[in-house]
Amino acid sequence: MVAPGPASGLLVLVAESFLRQHSAEILTLTLEHLWLTGSALLFAAALGIPLGILLTRYGGLARPVLTVANIIQTIPSLALFGFLLPLPWLGERASRIAIVALTGYALLPILRNTYVGIRGVEPAVVDVAHALGMTGFQRLCKVELPLAASVILAGLRTATVTAVGIATIAAAVGAGGLGEFIFRGVASVDNRLVLAGAIPAALLALGADTLLGWLESRCKVPGPDRR
Amino acid sequence: MTEAAPLPRPTLREACEVHHLAAAIEFAGVSLQLPDGRSLLENITLALEAGTVTALLGRSGSGKTTLLRMVNRLAVPTSGTVRVHGDDVAGKSVVQLRRGMGYVIQDTGLFPHMTVARNVTMVPELAGRSRRGFAEQVRQLLTAVGLEPSRFSQRYPHQLSGGQRQRVGLARALAAEPPILLMDEPFGALDPLTRAEMQDMLRGLLARLRDRGEAKTVLLVTHDLDEAMYLADRIVLLAEGRVEANLAPGDFLHAREHAVAEYVCAFHRGERRVGAS
Repeated sequence: MVAPGPASGLLVLVAESFLRQHSAEILTLTLEHLWLTGSALLFAAALGIPLGILLTRYGGLARPVLTVANIIQTIPSLALFGFLLPLPWLGERASRIAIVALTGYALLPILRNTYVGIRGVEPAVVDVAHALGMTGFQRLCKVELPLAASVILAGLRTATVTAVGIATIAAAVGAGGLGEFIFRGVASVDNRLVLAGAIPAALLALGADTLLGWLESRCKVPGPDRR
Repeated sequence: MTEAAPLPRPTLREACEVHHLAAAIEFAGVSLQLPDGRSLLENITLALEAGTVTALLGRSGSGKTTLLRMVNRLAVPTSGTVRVHGDDVAGKSVVQLRRGMGYVIQDTGLFPHMTVARNVTMVPELAGRSRRGFAEQVRQLLTAVGLEPSRFSQRYPHQLSGGQRQRVGLARALAAEPPILLMDEPFGALDPLTRAEMQDMLRGLLARLRDRGEAKTVLLVTHDLDEAMYLADRIVLLAEGRVEANLAPGDFLHAREHAVAEYVCAFHRGERRVGAS
């Protein structure tokens, strides 16, 4: 094992003094980041899951709706924030712009996985659900959603990681979040500031990914051949 | 002028066909045309007496499964009427119609995320019955299909063998005590020994129910002539969407109609070859 040298000791000192100086701000911006991504994910799930279910019932709508969601996903995030800026009501507060844009980015994985998850339920099981006299709502709640839950959660997981990453760019329009540190660090060529934004953002993404991954594994259908 | 000969007395089946109220299931001029113009079923007229087992035989694609699915409205005819206990199924609530019939298929369609007990009591649960009696009902139903309740009720479908899954599927179909059972190749995916055990179990179960005055009307789709002969009171042969024969098992084996003879000849070929040599 190599003993810590004078250079590494100095680094620890610098980091310690930086954290002491900025801890309150890191906490505030982390909470802001959580607020932006959390709200966007809630909106995206509230929109994407019912819409995904609707697409399984009206198959003809699936292609156009998924295409629109795909197109939103391909718009560069900075450009999307810019497009939303001049809009009335939305443009009045930067956090509104950020939440709407992040909702747009989180929508596709949730929508697509809900649609694919429900469509992927074994046809024999759906057939029997019909034959047992289940109503459409009973079929959805008792059979389709439980069997598609792990796929839907996988979509939510992808959406979360994407939203946490893109939310850092929301600082460009003044929406706050950990991107504030990164933009300030880039402007002042100060890597400490960049890391103060990037490390908590990465930890948030990893934490959310682990939590949702655990939930996903809990929702898996029992069986040797099911993933 | 000679005196007209007296009209022959109608058989019970003919009487059922005329007075459809006596038939548990009746197909009256049922046809199904696909959107591309092909005809899947053509003018099927059949009456299934209450409390009997009718086997639908025929090649793959002959329309057997579609005809069976018309009884619980999983398929809808383009013309003609399907009646259950005298009522046109088209005029009934689809949910109530289906809950009043047991349905067993080859793939079992057991819900993989539910235990055997929950699978079995799904129809009573859907009907909003009190859960208090479910444990006793599961015990009775699993015992009736030859599964030990204490060993199997808390298992998941993937923890069962093919034969055990089919037994659970049958128990689920019987849970709502339906007067009609629709069975679509229920034992088609099983090995010959398990299949024979299942046939014995089903035959015994139906006989016990009949003795208790709870006889079921069974419509059984199968490819297997032996199974049809063993289980059915009546065998209907479908070919290219038409009824080619509707006979008692004993008559079916010796019928001279080409389609029937051809079907019969397709079975026990190995035995005949060995016998001939």
